[in-house]
Amino acid sequence: MKFIRNIVDSVKPQFVKGGKLEKFHPAFEALETFLFTPEQTNKEGVHVRDAMDLKRTMMTVIIALIPTVFFGMWNVGHQHYLAFGMEASFMDTFLFGAMKVLPIIVVSYAVGLGVEFIFAIVYGHPISEGYLVTGLLIPLTLPVTVPLWMVGLGAIFCTLLGKEIFGGTGMNFMNPALLARAFLFFAFPAYLSGDIWNDLSPEVGHALVDAYSGATSLVTFDTNISHLPAARDMFLGFRQGSIGETSVLACLIGAFILVATGVGSWRIMVAVFAGAWLMGMLFNFLAPADMPTHSMHTPAHYHWLMGGFAFGAVYMATDPVSAAHTETGKWVYGLLIGAGVVGLRVFNPAYPEGVMLSILLMNVFAPLIDHVVIELHIKKRLRRA
Amino acid sequence: MQPMGKTITLRRGYDIKLKGAAEKTISSVPVSDVIAVKPSDFHNVVPKMLLEPGDEVLAGQALFYDKNRPALRFPSPVSGEVAEIVRGEKRRIMEVRILPDKSGIRYVDYPKGDPEGYSRETIIERLLESGCWNYIRQRPYTLIANPEDVPKSIFVSCFDSAPLAPDLGFIAESERENFLAGLDALKVLSHGHLHLGLRTSPAAGLSASDFPNIPVENLHHFKGPHPSGNVGIQIHHISPLQKGEVVWYVHPQDVLIIGRLFLEGRYRADRMIALTGSCVENPQYLRMISGQSLSTVFSWGIQAEHCRVIQGNVLTGKTTHKDDFLSFYENQITAIPEGDQPEFLGWLLPGFNKLSLSRTYFSWLFPKRNYDLDTNMHGEERAFVMTGQYDKVLPMDILPVFLLKAILANDIERMEGLGIYEISEEDFALCEFVCTSKIPVQKIVAKGLQMAREET
Repeated sequence: MKFIRNIVDSVKPQFVKGGKLEKFHPAFEALETFLFTPEQTNKEGVHVRDAMDLKRTMMTVIIALIPTVFFGMWNVGHQHYLAFGMEASFMDTFLFGAMKVLPIIVVSYAVGLGVEFIFAIVYGHPISEGYLVTGLLIPLTLPVTVPLWMVGLGAIFCTLLGKEIFGGTGMNFMNPALLARAFLFFAFPAYLSGDIWNDLSPEVGHALVDAYSGATSLVTFDTNISHLPAARDMFLGFRQGSIGETSVLACLIGAFILVATGVGSWRIMVAVFAGAWLMGMLFNFLAPADMPTHSMHTPAHYHWLMGGFAFGAVYMATDPVSAAHTETGKWVYGLLIGAGVVGLRVFNPAYPEGVMLSILLMNVFAPLIDHVVIELHIKKRLRRA
Repeated sequence: MQPMGKTITLRRGYDIKLKGAAEKTISSVPVSDVIAVKPSDFHNVVPKMLLEPGDEVLAGQALFYDKNRPALRFPSPVSGEVAEIVRGEKRRIMEVRILPDKSGIRYVDYPKGDPEGYSRETIIERLLESGCWNYIRQRPYTLIANPEDVPKSIFVSCFDSAPLAPDLGFIAESERENFLAGLDALKVLSHGHLHLGLRTSPAAGLSASDFPNIPVENLHHFKGPHPSGNVGIQIHHISPLQKGEVVWYVHPQDVLIIGRLFLEGRYRADRMIALTGSCVENPQYLRMISGQSLSTVFSWGIQAEHCRVIQGNVLTGKTTHKDDFLSFYENQITAIPEGDQPEFLGWLLPGFNKLSLSRTYFSWLFPKRNYDLDTNMHGEERAFVMTGQYDKVLPMDILPVFLLKAILANDIERMEGLGIYEISEEDFALCEFVCTSKIPVQKIVAKGLQMAREET
């Protein structure tokens, strides 16, 4: 450690004001504070501070994402070998997926952080930690077959239009990772919908099995709900979909970590689940009795298991910057997201995955929700006394 | 018997558990060779000198008065000779230094008597004359009270819930008679609207039976973590301030000094100071005179190497040094280690010894432990990212982040709507402590209060 510290200290003079590489100070600072928590002390105000900072917060979210990453890797391999009707060991399955998923993650981080560094250097502001999480969220919301250049493009779009034009982490009003996904979804629909969920790179001596279908649970749901996979399989994640979204269990493990550490808002998660369930129940009640396969008949809790619902509720809706900021507002925000997901899924066959759109829509409405909560709060304060 | 009246339970807040609580032993610190009165201890006071260097002064005799409110006079805590007027930038008076008599303190004499027998006017006059008036402060804005105002009520919080705070029961018990006499004076001043905040759990030194003269409905029992002892929090729950209203408040130690004025007939300004913190060898109570040179305190077992010495507690106190003097309202001195050491991959380690309200460090496995916290900032300032953090430590019906944002946007109307008149820096100190983005919350609150004050 002393050794690394010495290296850092020896190059530091180059980067401070007046040094040769002064311009690159934000980049240097980001790396330095990454290696060593800064020695900065409290100067005014409180003399002691809570040990949590934004780096630790983001690190906690990354840890909470790890179950979905690992399961996603395994499932990519599992779906692949399933399509070819091959038996493969656990390790082979996992390694196949890891080989496919890792490049996507690497590209996402490299390109996104690159853009952040350029902005920090040009505008001389410190590099924020937000992208540590965003850079991992983007790959997890994409299908494994996505071309790498598209991941890079998404990362650039996300950092530029999702964050930097508003002033960086904390100033954006929409979830940057979801914005990147929405951009790719609408710009390159052929790569993000249809038969793209499974990596079908050819296996020598094997052909696709006859019963192979590239449909996700959501497509099935739209056409004939009686063909949906078993609830248990959907919960555990043995199905097709974006890399990180398939396992509800993995998302719930992540939710537990986020809630236990106090990093993620349990209110939002509970509200999203509740909103979807209530809306599902309402649709069950209103569903046409003469069409037993109509999607309105879907059991309400199935909406929790399908598509990226759990992933969105746990990791996307809870983004503190783009969610509602008031505690009351979080309930409203969450309920509306949940209800919106089910509404979009049932009534808009063109976009069976309502999670992304519903969360982005509520991101836009979150300031309005907060505004109403604050106005009511002010009125209540005036009536008091 | 259980405390009468309703107990107010505050769930939001947090007790920062630190090492170095003061033992209940009292040592007297001899009067230092030089003592000083610092005008900067008083918000918004512009000093005009009444005495010059070389003049003789008695304890209780005014040294200077406030240019804007000439009735406010600021007395010398000792008798002796005015030695020096230390000036800072723009010739602002920073310190009025006095060489105390070696032979003991000579006081200005005031009539002795039970304040209950005096009229409100007599008490105000006596307090102003002796300078004891300065112990009475007002909300909003935390200023010295205006003698012409008739406050809605007067509040005394009888416990301090801040980290390592002195036991105010212990202090009040040391001069019980004076304390009760001081309360009697305040009762007259408040037309009977004198409210006391007491702590039910953990039980502190003072309980309802200590106050035979105060009606039960004016004794309020609080339960819960810091900042339940802050007078602003108590006012919020007992009788919230509206725009245009004024309440006064007095610290128990200052109540006791007011009591001395009436029972002993003199301004005797020695106070009990809790010397606390992990850099103190023998944390204990020190009895010393207001304005005492701190060099004598530093030699009382504060490890000065690589330590930060604070007048006050770790949340709201001010950094001090050997050449400084004890501030007017001070009840505590804290010394903790400086944390100016970088730590390798500190954000990645399990952090068993890192205190956090969140559970992102594994220290939450040891809820009972006392911490040896240093002054490290644990990160750098960022934009607001996390939400709901401040709400967990602010037991008020206030939306803290939105109030701060209204202040940052200079939006006075919104600040009023969101409750600027009810708050003070100290009430938001824990918000600053927990903030992940390391935002200077108290500084923003101070700015907001100043804006609101200038506007009205």
